[in-house]
Amino acid sequence: MITLGHYLVVSGMLFALGLAGVIARRNIIIVYMCLEMMLSAANLALVGFSRFHLVNGLPDYTAQSLVFFTITVAAAEVAVGLAIIVALFRSKQSVDVESVTKLQG
Amino acid sequence: MHASIILLLPFFSALVILLGHRQLKGAAVLISVGSSVVSFIACVALLAVADDKDNTKLLLPFLDVGQFHANIDVLIDKQSRGMMFIVSFIGMLVHLFSLGYMKDDDAKPRFFGSLSLFMFSMTGIVLAGNLIMMFIFWELVGLSSYLLIGHWYQKASAAEACKKAFLTNRIGDFGFMIGILLLFGLNKGDVSFENLRDAFVQGGPLFDAQKSNPGIITAAALCIFMGAMGKSAQFPLHVWLPDAMEGPTPVSALIHAATMVAAGVYMLVRVSFLMEASPLAAEIIAGIGCFTALLAALMATQQNDIKRVLAYSTLSQLGYMVMAVGAVAMAAKNGHEPHAAEPGHPAMFHLYTHAFFKAMLFLGSGAVIYACHHEQDIWKMGGLRKHMPVTFWTFAIGTAALMGVPFFSGFWSKEAVLGVAFDSGCKVLFLAGAATAALTAFYMTRLLIVAFFGKPRTDSAHHATEAPMIMILPLAILAIFSVLSGYNILATPLQAMKPPHVEGHQTVLWASLIALVAGVSGAIYLYRGKDKDPVNIKLFANKFYFDEIYAVIIRICQDRLAWIVNAMERILVDGLVARLPTAIVARLGAATRMLQGGHLQGYTFLLGSGVIAVVYLVVFVLPRLGH
Repeated sequence: MITLGHYLVVSGMLFALGLAGVIARRNIIIVYMCLEMMLSAANLALVGFSRFHLVNGLPDYTAQSLVFFTITVAAAEVAVGLAIIVALFRSKQSVDVESVTKLQG
Repeated sequence: MHASIILLLPFFSALVILLGHRQLKGAAVLISVGSSVVSFIACVALLAVADDKDNTKLLLPFLDVGQFHANIDVLIDKQSRGMMFIVSFIGMLVHLFSLGYMKDDDAKPRFFGSLSLFMFSMTGIVLAGNLIMMFIFWELVGLSSYLLIGHWYQKASAAEACKKAFLTNRIGDFGFMIGILLLFGLNKGDVSFENLRDAFVQGGPLFDAQKSNPGIITAAALCIFMGAMGKSAQFPLHVWLPDAMEGPTPVSALIHAATMVAAGVYMLVRVSFLMEASPLAAEIIAGIGCFTALLAALMATQQNDIKRVLAYSTLSQLGYMVMAVGAVAMAAKNGHEPHAAEPGHPAMFHLYTHAFFKAMLFLGSGAVIYACHHEQDIWKMGGLRKHMPVTFWTFAIGTAALMGVPFFSGFWSKEAVLGVAFDSGCKVLFLAGAATAALTAFYMTRLLIVAFFGKPRTDSAHHATEAPMIMILPLAILAIFSVLSGYNILATPLQAMKPPHVEGHQTVLWASLIALVAGVSGAIYLYRGKDKDPVNIKLFANKFYFDEIYAVIIRICQDRLAWIVNAMERILVDGLVARLPTAIVARLGAATRMLQGGHLQGYTFLLGSGVIAVVYLVVFVLPRLGH
């Protein structure tokens, strides 16, 4: 029997993997992909909640519609984010996040 | 509303001139002189105002905080009407005289602006209906006298003198403020003169305070007297007055004759009910006045600067007035009740006659100095009698009035003062007063003989010519007043608070006459035909070394204190309050700056650990704490 717990564990693991990638990887494209993975983890959790929260015998569609929103926004974000990465690469000639330290205090 | 005109006219004049004296130039003089003339006319009109049931009139609510009210209100009674006449009259004449004396001064607009400010502050003191208002204007007088004495600030001695005058006055003002606060506390926050006086009747708050704790009334009276001590230059705060001679001579005339120094005596008479309530305070005040009178007269005998002689004589006469204030209270205790039907006060009466002849003497000395090309040493004058006849005669009249020659104004007022000193029952007061009278006659005769008789001793004295008309005119007017002001014909309409003549004071009469004759003949015997001072008493010439003593006291006390305070400042303020916190902040900043590495992933790591920490706390720790 697969319970909500299983979904949440998978979702948590995905999120943790994503976070680890964001923190540890140097290549900004990989960091970006990890970021997307964290979004997917959140989506998975939402879908899981929707499936296990029955309203009148049906899954709760509020959470699922939220997932669609997330996917839409993530798509838009990809467009903007990749543009930023391209601009960054043009100015730095590098995709290494360590080379961007302008915010140093 | 005479009072508001009198008060506001010099204020606006001062405001306009001091704000725009660069643009106004010559017009400033006209504004200032014009305002003094108009306010003089208003003061004459004020003399006709009759006493009301309630004399205190509100002009402007100045401060209204809860139960506390400090108002600008004027008290128009016989004392303030008479005083207002003197102030505006002498003020007007000094303005006119300054037209001549300050003709060539570069900073004329500034001078006349300060003069107007001075008149404003003095008017405020005279008209003040309560102690707080009086204190405000008291400080304003301090400020404007600072400006006037330091008019020639390029001269180091003038700059020093105005600073000295201001600081010495501040000491007195501090006491004055404490005194006001004491009365403020005792009388439930009401410090208007009329209410304070009424609070001494049976059942009033001050009456109760006096019954339960007479010391506090004495303390209040003495603290308030400290204010008078500063302004009226009483021992031990008398040191500023002779130095204030550094100001232009018309300023000396104004400050010394009618206004600033008179303010102290005026204020003491205003609060004379305090002295009557506290015999000890009355005795101390009379004693200090008497001591100052004698001390200053001794100093005056050995001064060579014509203005300094007059300055010490002012000191001495002020001592007289202060002594009279104390003696009146003492005499009242001895059963010599003041005449109820005709309120008179020897101190105010002497102030009134003294204002005229001392203003004249100062303006006369100004004319002499002007004629001798700013020479002030009397031993470099001589023979001026022939060159400046009008100045000589007016000066002689002033001298006679000051010495108390019979039938001159000073004679009447001095007799009144000596009479009340006699009534006070204290022999020392009376004898010291008589001795001062003899010394006064001595040094004034000396001044007259040395400066005006004999042969001219220098070229500038030889070529001296009579002063211009604008300077002679005030002298002549004041000469008339110096003779006649003692008689009822002038004293009554001018509301001079002349005390009713007391019969049976043969002793007083003879004492003052003997003192006069002794002083005059002694001076004639010693100084006739002399070209340099035959008597040489270092102690008197150096003013009893007061300045030196104060300098030592300051070196011992103040400088040590300053050293300690400096050390405290360096350790406590600089170290603990300023340096330590900055060091802590700097270290913390350096530590936290390390977090701001600018590395994207570092921030993300911190964010992630923060989220994890929050989740951990919310999920695992808080439930266990029972939330």
